[in-house]
Amino acid sequence: MTAIATVQETPATAAPAGTSVVLEATDIVKELGHGAGKVRALKGVSLALNTGELTLLMGPSGSGKTTLLSILGCILSPTSGTLTVAGKPTTGLTPEALASLRRRHVGFIFQSYNLFPTLTAEENVRLALDVRGDRGSDAIVHAQRALHHVGLRHKLKSYPANLSGGEQQRVAVARSLVGAPSVILADEPTAALDSENGLAVMALLSQIAKDKSRAVLAVTHDPRTVPFADRILRIEDGLIVGEERRTEGVETVHELARNRKRKANA
Amino acid sequence: MTLTLAFRNLFHDRVRLAVTLVGILFSIVLVAVQLGLYLGARGMIISMIDRADGDLWIMAYGTKNFEEAQPIRARERYVALATPGVVSAVPLVTAFTDWRKPTGGSTLVVVIGADHEDGGLAPWNIVEGSVTGLGVRDAVIVDKTYLAELGIKGVGDTAQVGSSRVRVVGLTEGIRSFTVTPFIFTTLNRARSLIDMPADNITYVLTKVAPGADIEKVRADIRAKLPDSEVLTKAEFRTRSLNHWLFATGAGVALIGGAVLGLIVGTVIVAQTLYSSTKDHLSEFATLRALGSSSGYIHKVILMQAGLSAVLGYVLGMAIALTIVYLSEHTALPIVMSPGLAALLLGLTFAMCAISALSAIGKVMRIDPAMVFNR
Ligand SMILES: Nc1ncnc2c1ncn2[C@@H]1O[C@H](COP(=O)(O)OP(=O)(O)O)[C@@H](O)[C@H]1O
Ligand SMILES: [Mg+2]
Repeated sequence: MTAIATVQETPATAAPAGTSVVLEATDIVKELGHGAGKVRALKGVSLALNTGELTLLMGPSGSGKTTLLSILGCILSPTSGTLTVAGKPTTGLTPEALASLRRRHVGFIFQSYNLFPTLTAEENVRLALDVRGDRGSDAIVHAQRALHHVGLRHKLKSYPANLSGGEQQRVAVARSLVGAPSVILADEPTAALDSENGLAVMALLSQIAKDKSRAVLAVTHDPRTVPFADRILRIEDGLIVGEERRTEGVETVHELARNRKRKANA
Repeated sequence: MTLTLAFRNLFHDRVRLAVTLVGILFSIVLVAVQLGLYLGARGMIISMIDRADGDLWIMAYGTKNFEEAQPIRARERYVALATPGVVSAVPLVTAFTDWRKPTGGSTLVVVIGADHEDGGLAPWNIVEGSVTGLGVRDAVIVDKTYLAELGIKGVGDTAQVGSSRVRVVGLTEGIRSFTVTPFIFTTLNRARSLIDMPADNITYVLTKVAPGADIEKVRADIRAKLPDSEVLTKAEFRTRSLNHWLFATGAGVALIGGAVLGLIVGTVIVAQTLYSSTKDHLSEFATLRALGSSSGYIHKVILMQAGLSAVLGYVLGMAIALTIVYLSEHTALPIVMSPGLAALLLGLTFAMCAISALSAIGKVMRIDPAMVFNR
């Protein structure tokens, strides 16, 4: 009886069978700025991320998506509310302890890729291992494997300036992936990409999310990304206003591809 | 990867790297020259005192340095010799006087007179002729460095000192004086006549103390018998000469001050370029922070950038400094580079770069890690 009641009270934490909660946020409030410019960007957000799922966080510009992502990734600390990442409560942790949590459990993907222009693709990926103290030939093997995984086997030694936007974002995906984090957080990963590259990156993210040990959250306001989602959270003005799970009614990735082909043939 | 990042950051902007290296070069070369001149000056100031074979120096009261000493009575030598524990006491004459060039005009010189058979102070580093040559009439030995200054070409040339004629019978190499006044080596008696010193006067008595004898006791005994003179150990006379030339005249202070100034300017330039480099790469440092790097990791990148600049700057700076040292070798003011000075410069370069890194580190510590996101 008790267990069912709990689930009903906080539906966001109900993980589907075979998955588990790796990140849980409760009543997150975040105020930004000072004095007259103070903004309450988040007004009490609760959510949980499940392994094996690609969750999309959608909402209009300025609704607090990036702020929420920064808090979930332990880059910003909430004004109030609690956050647990990989079973570890983050309240009261020092900046160094939060950094340690990030390097072990969180992978980031950014809108503008944030690759190091002076490092090759392989070195960029390897950097994520290096900050954790993983060095040597193993690190090189892992970095190369991650780049193979995102289809950049032939671009290991290329510098970001010689890669297309789509390729750069795939390097960033490999970098977020290489340390096997429990959570991957992506902020507008397709916003800077054309439709074809954007879809490729989304396909990659949804494939990565199939891993039963990992949750993926992507912030977006791009409707093209919807078909890849297992679950969509809607945010408006600092509050979660809705949650949907993909049902039979929604076009799946494969249906979308079929439709695109049909359109192209017509 | 910290080293790779530091290296790439450094070489990413060649112009800034060039400015950084110029800053370090400027600093190292300036410090090397100033301290090298200091070492050179020090060597010149103490060379006579070091070369002269005397444990205790008897001299006129209030003598400030080797070159400028009032005469004392020649009999003080015998007083010293009669003191228990004294093995030998050798007279030495030095004084400033005028050298009249055969080509016309005159220049100030320091005449040094001693009889080499006594084992007092004889010219060294002789490249032409020999000390025994001083036995001939009018013979003097001079240093090659000062040939032009003395208006002569080499051995065999003559000039006039006071009312006497002198003939150069030998040349030394590298015996230079801090005052840029040429040294003229000759015998004791000839020196006296060149500077018009009475026969019963000398300038110093170089006293050797028997091995095992108590030097302080010997000194006290001599002092008791010669209350008008001063008796200094070799080390004391060295210190006194150095204090006079380097500190009382302000020359040493100027040299060391110049070195400190070089360090400050170098530090400011390196700090400036490192800071602006860090500012340019700030978004990368923010990304590193987002990727979970510790602040120590980021400091390491910046310090390595500073350290690499230091190594590059040191190597290039030393190359230039050694060239200057080489070129100055045969001038009147040689710049000296010693292993100790080279090590000191290396330490100073690293210290300078590490201090320079502080402002850049301060800058990254204030990064808002949320800048990784587009807002
Ligand atoms: N540093 C800041 N200082 C003050 N207000 C901020 C700051 N950053 C963001 N905001 C405000 O917080 C709100 C949420 O911003 P953000 O999370 O970036 O929204 P989104 O990513 O959904 O576009 C916006 O109203 C924005 O103007
Ligand atoms: Mg945003």
